[in-house]
Amino acid sequence: MRINPRFTDKFIRLILSCGAIFAVSILVAIILTIFVKGIVNVNAEFILSNPEDMGRHGGIFPSIMSTIFLAALSILLATPLGIGTAIFLTEYTRETTLTRIIRFGIESLSGIPSIIYGLFGFIFFVIKLGFGWSLLSGTLTMTIMILPTIIRTSEEAIKAVPNSYRMVSYSLSASKWETVTKVVIPSAAPGILTGIMLSIGRAVEETAVVIFTMGSALRLPTSLFDSGRTMAVHFYILAREGISMDKAYATALVLICSILAINILAYYLMNKMIAKYS
Amino acid sequence: MNNRKPKILGTFTLIIMIVCSSFLGACSQKEAKGKKHTVTIAGSTSVMPFTEKLAEHFMVDHPDFVVNVQGGGSSAGIQACLLRTVDIGMSSRELKEGETALADTVICFDGIAIIVNPGNPLRNITLSQVKSIYSGQVKNWKDLGWIDRQIDAVTREEGSGTRGAFEELVMKKEEISPAIMVQDSNGSVKEVVATDPYAIGYISLGMVDEKIIALKVDGITPNLENIREKRYTIVRPFLFLTLGQPRPTVFTFIGYVLSEEGQEILRKEGLITKVYE
Amino acid sequence: MNKKNFGKENLIRYVLMLFALSSIFFLFLIFAFIMSEGLKLFFKVGLLNIIASLKWAPTKGFFGIFPMIVSSFIITVGALCVGGPLALACATYLAEYAGKKTKMFLKPAIELLAGIPSVVYGFLGVVYIVPLVREYLGGSGFSALSASIVLGVMILPTIISISYDALTSVPVVYREGSFAMGATKWQTIYLVVIPAARSGILAAFILGMGRAVGETMAVIMVAGNALQIPTSILDPLRTLTSNIALELAYATGDHRSSLFSTGVVLLVIIMVLNFIANFWVKRKVIKGS
Repeated sequence: MRINPRFTDKFIRLILSCGAIFAVSILVAIILTIFVKGIVNVNAEFILSNPEDMGRHGGIFPSIMSTIFLAALSILLATPLGIGTAIFLTEYTRETTLTRIIRFGIESLSGIPSIIYGLFGFIFFVIKLGFGWSLLSGTLTMTIMILPTIIRTSEEAIKAVPNSYRMVSYSLSASKWETVTKVVIPSAAPGILTGIMLSIGRAVEETAVVIFTMGSALRLPTSLFDSGRTMAVHFYILAREGISMDKAYATALVLICSILAINILAYYLMNKMIAKYS
Repeated sequence: MNNRKPKILGTFTLIIMIVCSSFLGACSQKEAKGKKHTVTIAGSTSVMPFTEKLAEHFMVDHPDFVVNVQGGGSSAGIQACLLRTVDIGMSSRELKEGETALADTVICFDGIAIIVNPGNPLRNITLSQVKSIYSGQVKNWKDLGWIDRQIDAVTREEGSGTRGAFEELVMKKEEISPAIMVQDSNGSVKEVVATDPYAIGYISLGMVDEKIIALKVDGITPNLENIREKRYTIVRPFLFLTLGQPRPTVFTFIGYVLSEEGQEILRKEGLITKVYE
Repeated sequence: MNKKNFGKENLIRYVLMLFALSSIFFLFLIFAFIMSEGLKLFFKVGLLNIIASLKWAPTKGFFGIFPMIVSSFIITVGALCVGGPLALACATYLAEYAGKKTKMFLKPAIELLAGIPSVVYGFLGVVYIVPLVREYLGGSGFSALSASIVLGVMILPTIISISYDALTSVPVVYREGSFAMGATKWQTIYLVVIPAARSGILAAFILGMGRAVGETMAVIMVAGNALQIPTSILDPLRTLTSNIALELAYATGDHRSSLFSTGVVLLVIIMVLNFIANFWVKRKVIKGS
């Protein structure tokens, strides 16, 4: 007896949708767990006060600031470098061996796992260059890590700017650089910003790299050479050492909320860009 | 397009400004308080929580000092100190050859406790039993008088001072079996044993709390008195390591740790201080 | 005026080129550093003594990472077994069955999964998966199985999004032709669409593998980190990445070089995987267009 293919069709559709729902429910379960167990402890005091007793009590203000500092400084360094590279690859050259080599470099950099960055950053910045566990070592390593993402998204965004924009600009006798800075980049801005947002997300959630380059001191870093503990690192330490499950969940909640906010902002910007050109 | 450009640029600039100003704000706080003296410390995860506690109290008394404490393990602390990455290295084992360039200061003594889950009925274990568990010879709890179930043994990583002391004092010449799980800090070993009813591990005595049970070894309870009386012999020193002549700020902190006030803090935490050696 | 602009434009081009070359510079720096340190030990101790030897006791001169290579392989395959089918089902549903509204809700949700930090996955794995494995299956719970489950969930977004792209890039005419011959939707998907998207889906799986091989924090938390080759999925194991992370802070001399050697092996594996994935994708582009 052959099974009616229409029945198979409906059956398969059920299974596949269950698969999709299952995948999404994992996400929901994760976020709900963190939310429910963490919200109890998240309040203004938690966000604004210092940790006490190794994190058993008190808040995570230094960690929040460490995270912000690391992300901001890395973005500050990587953005000009990344956008500049993207501009070069799209506006100032055509496909040559040189560009192929550069693209190979970018692809390879993005494929390197984070522990290798941690290994490199630790031995090179922390030890060989003598920067120690510091915001500086962390920033320099993180900049290299997020560079490929910024280059790639900037390139996509710049390529998507209609050529007519450039033509109009040239016909108004603007120079190439003027065209790029006054016409192309502003048009590509939402896409570029998406890339920046995604990179901020990466900087916020990375742990392996940060522990080995920035260290894990509990204090607020007040100089480039100070060590600090980002939220992800703090969460890792709290959770692994069993110091305080409550504070761990609370830290995770703040961490995930930040990442969610960044992702939502990135989505908003990306949709704006898509809406612009379709 | 023209009215969008300033908006996006403006938002971006605003974000950068907020970040820079908070950074500068934090920096200026430091300026306002006067020049800060910094001491960086890293190393043994056994010593770390106690150093953190000392640092907390110390910084209350000396608000112009900043003491940064990190973990990494005894060997990491020794390396960091030799490379001058930190001011003070923390170690929970004696220095080995090749590390003798460092000056070691004993800040206190600490026992190593053999721990099991509170659900485990065992309360006493012999040293040779511990050795045979960790060498991989004994794999099942039934060989120790409990149920038929594999022993989930946990050890520290190779660079750990606690492991080094454990190997020296308990394993003697025998190697720890590669089949045994590895965790990289006292806290995580404790967590594993606290959540797995069939686990066994070893941690710093100063970190024992109600989450786990510290076993008697050959009938001797691991406590301060038995350590002082040299009855419980799995004991190791906590060392502060420095390279060459330490800076005055570093000297001040070490002085505080060795002072009566510092030693009292350590005593309260369950460590054995030099006064009683 | 044109001459002045020309000079300025050239300068700008030059500066931008330097920016662009920085990527190569960084890659070269990282590569050269890791390779030189890692290869040092290969020459000193012998390649086979590192990648084929079973004993890892670096302070005593044993640098065998074969158990780690096997373990990395095991949990990668495990993660694919756990996450692969689920991801494919999800991608197929999204690409072929989901309505616009559902898509608008599901797609961002999947992307969000990718944004959750790996340490959170590891933590939840320790709190929920490890005890479950321990109670119902035995062992300590810190095992290849737990690691595979956690990693499987972690690579879902990667496989889903790339498979989705592969499926949606199959030309509509393929589907229409199949319907015209009286096939049902599932028959179409099964016999026409998926085979057509085959290389893209394979690329997705391989990139998922790459992600799993490179994961560190979550694995350290749930895999147990024992040094032996696991004999069952309930045994603890240590991957190449965990090995580096666990010992990095204090390794010196040959020990440190051995970590770089581990890094070299890891890099080679990932580069091969990436190369294969790109190769499959290029084949698809040539074939499908």
